[in-house]
Amino acid sequence: MDAKVFIGSAAGFAGDRSDAGVPVVEALAAHSGPRFLMYETLAERTLALCQLERRKDPARGYSPALERMLTPVLAQCLAAGIRIVGNFGAANPPAAARRIAGIAQSLGLPVPRIAIVEGDDLSGRLSASELARRETDGKILAQARDIISANLYLGAQPIARAFDQGADIVVTGRVADSALALGPLLHAFRWRADDWGRLAAGTLAGHLLECGAQVTGGYFADPGYKNVPGLAEVGYPIAEIDSNGDVVITKPVGTGGVVDRLTVIEQLLYEIHDPAAYLAPDVVLDLTDVEVREIGKDRVRVTGARGKPAPEMLKATVCVDGGVLGEAEISYAGPNAAARAALAIDVIQRRMRQRVPELAIRVDAIGAVSVLGTSAITPDMSRPEAEDIRLRFAAQSANVTEIESLLDEVEALYCAGPAGGAGVRRHVTPRLASAACLIERRYAEPRVTLVGASA
Amino acid sequence: MTRTVRLHELANARSGDKGDRLNVALVCRDPSHYPAIAAQVTAERVAEVFAARKPTRVIRFDLPKLAAFNFVLDGVLEGGVNASLGLDGHGKSLSFLLLDLAINIPDSAPVPVRAEKQSV
Repeated sequence: MDAKVFIGSAAGFAGDRSDAGVPVVEALAAHSGPRFLMYETLAERTLALCQLERRKDPARGYSPALERMLTPVLAQCLAAGIRIVGNFGAANPPAAARRIAGIAQSLGLPVPRIAIVEGDDLSGRLSASELARRETDGKILAQARDIISANLYLGAQPIARAFDQGADIVVTGRVADSALALGPLLHAFRWRADDWGRLAAGTLAGHLLECGAQVTGGYFADPGYKNVPGLAEVGYPIAEIDSNGDVVITKPVGTGGVVDRLTVIEQLLYEIHDPAAYLAPDVVLDLTDVEVREIGKDRVRVTGARGKPAPEMLKATVCVDGGVLGEAEISYAGPNAAARAALAIDVIQRRMRQRVPELAIRVDAIGAVSVLGTSAITPDMSRPEAEDIRLRFAAQSANVTEIESLLDEVEALYCAGPAGGAGVRRHVTPRLASAACLIERRYAEPRVTLVGASA
Repeated sequence: MTRTVRLHELANARSGDKGDRLNVALVCRDPSHYPAIAAQVTAERVAEVFAARKPTRVIRFDLPKLAAFNFVLDGVLEGGVNASLGLDGHGKSLSFLLLDLAINIPDSAPVPVRAEKQSV
């Protein structure tokens, strides 16, 4: 086919904005031809948190962002024929599909055709010791007893198959982020699985889209140096891709933000290591010959992606229990604040050496406005108070009692520490440790199942 | 003759993480500054900037077509976001540590352009 494919991005992480997709969908609806909306909502830890949810309740374990992100756009997507793909299935794609069907019903919409992509979950297929042998660096898994989650990164082929089967919405668990764009392109253009150049171009498009507004002026502004108009209403990106793999990045008319050479290059290199070998499940992308050219207002053409054959091994992320993180904070302000804060640090270090000598404790002295400001006004950061120091103590342990001991000591500074200690806050947060593994391809068994309207 | 400016006057940067590995992309705002930055912002110098974090390896990848560089620093994130005790386990703020570097540019080089103060 000769038409362009349009892919909009409505989320770059699970905490992204609920309303980000609305202008993107309006812009996509004004075009004709194949149009897709993608959601990337699975950071490394997110999937493990979802797996823990699923253990508690088999009906859960999908991304908590699913409902608030899909609800504002679902009706218009279905009406305009904009197809949706997201990794919001997380640890439980079938449950996510049921939830989406439920959202459609509650909005009075016909139940869409939903396809789920599974086969990324390695639990029960590789033991802890088998995973430990495949850990790439570090030795997190060697000592781990309980594997919370183990998921390999599937590629774009199962997503393409799901769209081939007529899905309106494709729900995945762990896939390479860039596959969320490459999948729709493989479906629309029928690119061959060894057409490395085009697969590289589609992977590049996905990489530029996968972090949402990070390519359209989000996470870019530096007033006076890198001004971004309308940042509060920054538009999320749309990629226009032709059958040769030429990519144009743009954003909805009327939104804030900017798409120019500099915003695109920053995202192009985001989380890249060797630019000649960006590993994806379907292709190895070489960025060294890429050119970025401004061709109009908020329109940037990106060409020159080169591809090499797909890597033999697939990456997997494995999460295990990481103990707990404890944090406690206290403020010292006004005359001689620095000396009192230093004395407080000394008191905590002496007392913890007696109680839990092996516990590593980090201390931060946060020096902006805190206790001398108020909640009613935004602190004036151009004139930070010179003597307003917030101490933060942090430690991590598998033994929560050790952590409570530190937090108790910081709290006791109220009555037994230096003068004027104020505003203690303490938190205990469960932690997950994550490891990267390389897994043989035979363990990837992607399955595509159509549910929803056809079920 | 040369004059000294902060790297922040000439270039943009964004950092990202994978485990205990940090990458910092450095992009020249004006591509004509690429040679000066290439000569002065070496992997060795970046290792010095991050010395307090004890990098085990620093590599610079050059992207002349983009007037950009990619620095990859191993072992600087205190174990990464799931292990670090710091507030910024991702290392997201570390791009601005790099931009604090001093750079000498020829007097004949284009004066860094500062945009008008942003109105919000």
